[in-house]
This record gives sequence, structure tokens and C-alpha cells, in this order.
Amino acid sequence: MSDEQQRIGLKTRILTLVVVLSNVFGNSALNAGMRQRPNFTFTPLSVVATIFTPWVGIGILLLILWLLSRMALLSWADLSYVLPVTSIGYVLSAVSGRIFFAEHVTWQRWMGTLLISAGMMLVGSTKPNTTEERYDREHVPAIGGGA
Amino acid sequence: MIRAWLFVGIIVCSTVLGDVLQALEMKRHGEVRFSGGRLARAARELVRRRYLFLAIFFMAVSFFAFMKLLTIADLSFAVPATAGSFVLETILARLVLGERINVRRWAGAGLVAFGVALLAA
Repeated sequence: MSDEQQRIGLKTRILTLVVVLSNVFGNSALNAGMRQRPNFTFTPLSVVATIFTPWVGIGILLLILWLLSRMALLSWADLSYVLPVTSIGYVLSAVSGRIFFAEHVTWQRWMGTLLISAGMMLVGSTKPNTTEERYDREHVPAIGGGA
Repeated sequence: MIRAWLFVGIIVCSTVLGDVLQALEMKRHGEVRFSGGRLARAARELVRRRYLFLAIFFMAVSFFAFMKLLTIADLSFAVPATAGSFVLETILARLVLGERINVRRWAGAGLVAFGVALLAA
């Protein structure tokens, strides 16, 4: 494996971890916040009041981190690769729902969640980028630079 | 439950559109680097990309629909049910983004479809 492949591999793993954790904790915080606002509606006042509640605010900040880190990951990896490698988030969300919110998770949901993750991991074992030649890069980074 | 699935539908459609447009613009841009001033330069370049704003709009629609869904359904239902977008996105990644989807990727998409069907059971 070349230095460039190792660099991309390490960068992909680190950013995948950030994407997964920010998504799981962001969704969990959002869930905690929304449970405190069962009468949420799409009126501007209700939306603003909800966004500024502590748990919803934390959830939104974490989901902004998720959005930015995922955008960076998509800049060198296929969409059909990024989706599966971040799939462990589905399992962690189910576990989070069970542990933190005492949600009843039926065996069908556990099986469904596991199938989704297995499918996504299967796809994740393929080459991350299959479109190198297709896109004309307006911004071509120098090979061998810092990650 | 029908109401919950209606919101799942809205989330899936807006997520698919948001993700495909986002992936398209990020592929056009090329690898984002984090060292030195490269991140700032990448940010300056990315704010000029129209489809990226459209992608963020669709993601916002998905986000608010997801917030509403959480008020009427469990998190352990909401998150995996919206994974139905994965199958559609894999198809569009092939058709729109030109990604090469081999047998393993298609098989994975099939497993996800079964997983979503189990959630609906």
C-alpha cells in the first residue's frame, strides 16, 4: 500500500469516527430535547423556542459537526461508500434508545437494524472512490501533503 | 402510525436529494485538506457552489421533518426507518454521480431494503 493510500485510509477512518459519533450523540440529544416539547409545531415561534432549548441546541451543534465532517468525507469518497461505512450509527442509535430513553425495541427492529448495518458494512468493504477520472478537479491538492 | 410513515417519506425524499447534490458538489471540488490554510480556502470555494446550498435546503427540510417525527415515534424506529434513503441513493449514485456499483454494493443495498421492511412489519 502506498503512502498516499495509507494517508487516505487513516484520514477516512478518523473522519468516519467523527461522522458516526456526532450523528449518534446529536440524534440522542435531539431526541431528549424533543421529548420535552411534545406540542412542537412548525410555527416560527415554536421552532425558535425549540431550537434554543439546551438539549435541542446541543443536538443541533453536533449535527452541524456531522454535516461538515460528512461533507469533507464526501470530497474524496463515493456516496455509495460513505453511507455504509457510517452505518454503525444505526446500531448505536438503537442501543442509545434502549439505554438512555428506555425505549422498547422489538426483535424485528433489532433484526432490521442489524440487517441494515450488515448491508452497509458489505458495501463498505469495496473501494472508496470509483470516480477519480470522471470529475475534472477545479482544486487539485498536491500529493503527499498533510491530512 | 400512518402519520409517522408520511414523515419518513418526506425525510427519505429530501435526504436523497440533499445527499446526491452534496456529493456531486464535493466530488467536483476534490479532496478537502485540513492542514495550513487549505481548510479556509476550501470553505471559501465551497460557499460559491449553488447546488451545495440547495443540498443544505433539502437537508434542513429533512432535519425539521425528523424533529417532528421524534415527537410521534421512538428514536429506535425513526433513525433506522429513514435508512430507506440508502437504496434510492445507491441507485442515484450510479445514475447521477457515475459511481461504479459492484455486486457487493448492490447486495448490501438489498440487505438494507430487507432491514427497512422488517422495521415496517
